[in-house]
Amino acid sequence: MPRYGMAIDLRTCMGCAACVVACKVENRVDVDAFRCRVTQRSRGEFPNVHLEILSERCNQCSDAPCVWNCPTGASHYAEGGVVLVNENLCTGCKACLAACPYDARFINSRGVAEKCTFCLHRVKEGLEPACVSTCPSRAMIFGDLDDPSSLLVQTLGARNHRALKAEAGTRPNLFYLE
Amino acid sequence: MMPIDVDIAGRNAETFPVLHVWGWEIALYLFLGGLAAGLLILSGWMHRRTAAERLSPAVAWVAPLLAPVVLSIGMFALFLDLENKWNVWRFYTAFRWSAPMSWGAWILALVYPASLLFGWAAWSEFGPAGKRWVTGAPFPLRREIAGLNIAAGVALGIYTGILLSALGARPLWNSPLLGPLFLLSGLSAGAALLVLIEKDHEWRRTLARLDVRFIAAEAVVLTLFFLALLTGGQAQRASAELFFGGPYTAIFWVAVGFLGMALPVWLERLEERGKVAHSAVAPVLVLFGGLALRAVLVLAGQASHWEVLL
Repeated sequence: MPRYGMAIDLRTCMGCAACVVACKVENRVDVDAFRCRVTQRSRGEFPNVHLEILSERCNQCSDAPCVWNCPTGASHYAEGGVVLVNENLCTGCKACLAACPYDARFINSRGVAEKCTFCLHRVKEGLEPACVSTCPSRAMIFGDLDDPSSLLVQTLGARNHRALKAEAGTRPNLFYLE
Repeated sequence: MMPIDVDIAGRNAETFPVLHVWGWEIALYLFLGGLAAGLLILSGWMHRRTAAERLSPAVAWVAPLLAPVVLSIGMFALFLDLENKWNVWRFYTAFRWSAPMSWGAWILALVYPASLLFGWAAWSEFGPAGKRWVTGAPFPLRREIAGLNIAAGVALGIYTGILLSALGARPLWNSPLLGPLFLLSGLSAGAALLVLIEKDHEWRRTLARLDVRFIAAEAVVLTLFFLALLTGGQAQRASAELFFGGPYTAIFWVAVGFLGMALPVWLERLEERGKVAHSAVAPVLVLFGGLALRAVLVLAGQASHWEVLL
């Protein structure tokens, strides 16, 4: 059983938002909503200012509060530890939106919670998630965190990396290479 | 390095409306749920400890009948909040022990019929003569039904706070004190509503005194709640600062602290000493304060996050 994860290289990501567009097209996301997004943060004090561009999405947490806060079981773990929403069970109560430290979920036009799925439908067919295969600077690596021979595991072993808001204690599976 | 600027466009409900979580519907439900819990606990307690002939109509049958009405309006607000209303029944095809909202759905499924039964029992024994459904005879197991409703009311009152506490993503809510705080606020609102409808002078005095005690206890828990946040980690301190110099400072201290707690306690003390005439002002302020407490905590909670740790 794989355990899917993703790493995004902060040195090569240029914030072009191709991932955002690819995701919208692949997953037919509502016009006014996004499963992934690009945010910018500037840190430091002038003149030593550092601009950081982050391609953000669901962190597919191993200890996901959206899953254990869902009152109907609509939010669940699927293959590879990917967190999915079962539309037939979702009441749109928004407990999962409130529970997610990453604000990675939204309510779609059908009144159902929606989020990044790591494009599990593509992964099952041996393809990469749409954002990964589209990225023009190849800043994203998708793979199995339990497979020591995977490029993902080898890269994480070789490079400094961090997860966002790791202190929230949700064991995210999305990493940023520094 | 100190962060000097965070561009959060597209990452909050203000700039990105699909990220909206909870608004007035949930605040209203949390208030009315707490109020119903307060009514059930107080009237249930009076039914158990006071002889039938000494009960005033307000505590004998008005409060037990009002509780399910208040709860119905609250549950309707809860229903309005659901984005996928067709699936509302899905709450009852699952029980998820780790999800407070699932507990809440099942607690409501217990409290609602229990409160209806209590209302029926109280009405049939104490309702105005000639309008009773079961004419005047002592209702079988009325005191036991009252006891069940005390337990149901405590569960309902505490759970409205636990629902928010479980959401670790919002540091402001992530406190075990929110359950007792909401329970005490519900008891205080319930006592205030009873003061408002009570006609008997002695009962009104008793209930008003009780309300002052609940508000005092609520103030202690609220102080502990803020102390726990202010002595916590960076995210907790940042969330407490929403109320100490942040955007929710004025609304919280004016609407909840002054209008909802301090002013009605002061008024009740003056009324007690006979310096001002009894009026509806104090209990109405307490009810307003209870609603404001929920509304401010629901909104401020969503403004608190772990962003400071990025």
